[in-house]
Amino acid sequence: MSAKAKHSGWWTLFFTLVCLLWVFPIVLVGINSFKDKVYITHDAFSLPLGDMFAGLDNYRKGIEQTNFFASFGWTVVVTVGSVALILLCTSMCAWWIVRVNNRTAKSLYLVFLFNMIVPFQMVMFTLSKMADIIGLNTPWGLWIIYLGFGSGLPVFIFTGVVKGIPQELEESAMIDGASVPRTFFEIVVPIMKPSIVSVAILEAMGIWNDFLLPYLTLDLRKYRTISIAVQYLKGGYGTVDMGAMMGCLVMAIIPIVIFYVICQKYIISGVLAGAVKG
Amino acid sequence: MISMAGKTISRWWALFVLPTFVAFVIGFVIPFILGIWLSLCRFTTIAEANFIGTKNYAAAISDPEFWHALWYTALFTVVTTVIVNVCAFAIASLLTKAIRGANLFRSIFFMPNLIGGIVLGYIWMLLLNGVLQHWGKSITFSGTYGFWGMVLLMCWQQIGYMMIIYIAGLQTLPGDVIEAASVDGASGAQTLFHITIPLMMPSITVCTFLSITNGFKMFDQNLALTNGAPSNSSELVALNIYRTFYGRAGFEGAGQAKAVIFFVIVALVAILQNRLTARKEVTA
Repeated sequence: MSAKAKHSGWWTLFFTLVCLLWVFPIVLVGINSFKDKVYITHDAFSLPLGDMFAGLDNYRKGIEQTNFFASFGWTVVVTVGSVALILLCTSMCAWWIVRVNNRTAKSLYLVFLFNMIVPFQMVMFTLSKMADIIGLNTPWGLWIIYLGFGSGLPVFIFTGVVKGIPQELEESAMIDGASVPRTFFEIVVPIMKPSIVSVAILEAMGIWNDFLLPYLTLDLRKYRTISIAVQYLKGGYGTVDMGAMMGCLVMAIIPIVIFYVICQKYIISGVLAGAVKG
Repeated sequence: MISMAGKTISRWWALFVLPTFVAFVIGFVIPFILGIWLSLCRFTTIAEANFIGTKNYAAAISDPEFWHALWYTALFTVVTTVIVNVCAFAIASLLTKAIRGANLFRSIFFMPNLIGGIVLGYIWMLLLNGVLQHWGKSITFSGTYGFWGMVLLMCWQQIGYMMIIYIAGLQTLPGDVIEAASVDGASGAQTLFHITIPLMMPSITVCTFLSITNGFKMFDQNLALTNGAPSNSSELVALNIYRTFYGRAGFEGAGQAKAVIFFVIVALVAILQNRLTARKEVTA
């Protein structure tokens, strides 16, 4: 036992070093966000001292050049709305598929499965043009697009969950006169709650960070998400204001870290919910 | 057999299924079918398309940059899948042992996953260019530099994610089997290769599947870190398709044909990989 304990101390030291290395890229961005932009490209590894120190200039420029707070707001609108709609609609759909289980339900399920292996590039052009034509190029239009293009995985996860719920409870509720929607919302949803939270986290992570779908679909004159705003800092032909970029990167990372610290337990369950065989 | 309850529920299709189904048709079914149709057409908008047969596919496969991107992506996927899974498995098996601070280490390894691909790309652009600066070079010096830059980025991002899945798998391993092996005098390596890994096949299937598809579909990080520079030599296939569509006027058809080819490859790889590893699964 004592040999084991001694080893454990070395491993703690080893992992401490590796973890310092792991957070280094993020710390480096933090350090450089206080440096004048000239020094960021030429001297990325020095501390922002003396002439190099730029105070909060980079943050001010970053906010001005990208209209950062508006982008943040739109990202919240897109993410919260899409996730809410996806959870509501796909959980209902999955329950219906499992409980009805006739030929229609089974073929529907197969089409949703098929959806999971199609890469976005396959539909990006047609989907973005269609969104333009039928007016889904707004943040709330994206709710519908995310529900549509992204329904495969949540339907798949939720059908797996519903299959594990014994049917008797629902049947006795219906015999007692509860309507179908009431049975679903008052009996089934509470049982599904842990998996609903997991899927919410999984979807929120994906949608918050998504770039290409909102970039191609949204009307960029009016609406930009954080990822789009950061990408826009890179001008037409490669010129980047590295100062403003560093400020924006830090502002993009901070909310994520806060979210992570608060919801860590659920995030891990979300990852495991997504780790299902295709 | 449809139960009575099932029949009652099925009448509520308009409430339970229709919303998802309508969105699914708008967001997936129509764009997908239209995408296949347009790959056989000459078009600039989806309303004006003329059927031209397989000419777009001929244009796509005669584009040397597309072939370069395909090989580059295949190599990238193989390299990242191996490194990510070996490292993630090793870290997971160490962190499931009694090591002080294991929970904190797990949290730190996982963190990069929460950051979006575009932001990740620029973080690594700063770091890698900062290092390469000493030799007067940058990440866009050559396609090889871009390749290893993206490999580093991908490993940094994905190891923590796969680690979480491996840890969950390791925690459900039956302890008695491993104990029996050590009582029978199996060495550490024997236990690993003959007991732990076979029992872990479900997790390994999931993780390799995820790393392969993530590698094939990678776009944001590529766009932010190298943007294909220099002269498209660090272009992964997703970026190549994107640029064919939006970079050159008149090549939308070729772009759509490439997208269909890409879809077929991704689907085939997914199915094949699933067959291969699922066959190796055992139960204790």
